[in-house]
Amino acid sequence: MAKTHEIVEKNVGLMIVLTLVAVSFGGLVEIVPLFFQKQTTQPLEGMKPWTALQVEGRDIYIREGCNVCHTQMIRPFRAETERYGHYSVAGEHVWEHPHLWGSKRTGPDLARVGGRYSDKWHMDHLYNPRDVVPESNMPSFPWLFDNTLDGELTGKKMETFRLLGVPYSDEDIAGAKAAVEGKREIDALVAYLQGLGTTLSSKR
Amino acid sequence: MTGTDFTQGWVNGWIIAIVLINLLGCLWLLWWTRKRPEDHIAEGESMGHSFDGIEELNNPLPHWWLNLFYFTIAFAFIYLTLYPGWGDAKGMLGWTSHNQWEMEVEKANNRFDRVFKDYAAIPVEELAKDPQAVKIGQRLFGNNCALCHGSDARGNLGYPNLVDNDWLYGGSADQIVASITHGRNAMMPPGGGLPMTEQDVLDMTAYVLTLSGRKGSGNADAAKAKFAVCSACHGADGTGNPALGGPNLTDNIWLYGGTEKAIIETLTLGRQGKMPAFKDTLGEEKIHVLAAYVYSLSM
Repeated sequence: MAKTHEIVEKNVGLMIVLTLVAVSFGGLVEIVPLFFQKQTTQPLEGMKPWTALQVEGRDIYIREGCNVCHTQMIRPFRAETERYGHYSVAGEHVWEHPHLWGSKRTGPDLARVGGRYSDKWHMDHLYNPRDVVPESNMPSFPWLFDNTLDGELTGKKMETFRLLGVPYSDEDIAGAKAAVEGKREIDALVAYLQGLGTTLSSKR
Repeated sequence: MTGTDFTQGWVNGWIIAIVLINLLGCLWLLWWTRKRPEDHIAEGESMGHSFDGIEELNNPLPHWWLNLFYFTIAFAFIYLTLYPGWGDAKGMLGWTSHNQWEMEVEKANNRFDRVFKDYAAIPVEELAKDPQAVKIGQRLFGNNCALCHGSDARGNLGYPNLVDNDWLYGGSADQIVASITHGRNAMMPPGGGLPMTEQDVLDMTAYVLTLSGRKGSGNADAAKAKFAVCSACHGADGTGNPALGGPNLTDNIWLYGGTEKAIIETLTLGRQGKMPAFKDTLGEEKIHVLAAYVYSLSM
């Protein structure tokens, strides 16, 4: 034993290889199988891909950093399912590229916010959250009401999603520009929010 | 979930093999680096390995420490057998995050179902006098209703105030329960459905203002005849119609603002109000308690 570890310690190349082997165990056994599991690779029954307008809304959600303060991941605890609805399941997220689970809740979870409030509430709230929730510390997003979408890239985005396995038809992609052109950013974002988590029953 | 959840058969063996290699590898590493008597180097002596003046001494792990490591490996085998660990094996305890959640919910239901069941037998009007029930209702309100109606239930522009005893859809216990259970959809078309010029809007605004004893800049008399159309929802005398959610225009309580400007906006653009249905979200028994809280606010 006296000098056996000296071989590893004095050969950096060998040490790198052995380190890689050591650290890859966790990934090989915990991550690789997820690519071959039904519940992580197959969409939920009845799930529909985002419409063109919702795709744009989702991009605005990302652009404004909503996922920094809002999660989209209801954990299987009663305290969460009482407040937010059915816990999130993997099948809901197979078409999400990238997923927007977030990691910190400054605001509430949004995984099942779809249908919980009216469109008008969302608009009032995004224009100035204090108008409807006086104690809120969420920023206002008034520019969403002025900016309009041109839809130039919407079809391309959907094509990319199709490449990643989202079942868009040729008609969906061809009609994407017409579906969003001239719409305000707020309309797109609200359409996206109203679609969140609606595939699985909202029953708590 | 029945049978394997893997789409390919090899994944099962892959997981078991890597877990085994990992555990046995740790075991081998521990065994290989332990203090070995055949090395004949006394404890605290040099191992003959030095660099930059730093020398490696023979300082083996204490036995109790080493044994702890062996124990963790034994524990890993037990743990992986009890919980789902070996490939798609379900584990001897049959644990899943789903049934853990179910157990948690069941435990809570056993505790709270009785409470809600007892309350369900008491009419809303009576329940509204029970301070504990009202407190539970307030919690439900905070979680589900406060976003629109405000944490003090005083509402907001476009979201009804629930403490002022002025009701769009009626303030009886049954009507409150119906509003929460099925939600409400209100729709006032622009101009009340009539084509209106700017002058028409101004005149109608003036007429609406007279209903609450005020004056506008338009000609109220000119609009009086047209109010027949509005009366379908607001009533001939403008006192509203709770069956349709038509607001009372005579009481000077305004959902969308009562200034001349706000009324002009309402007439020009129309209004849409939507209260979501909470039937699926809350269920009958919780709605009963929630209704008692809302009822108590204007008692």
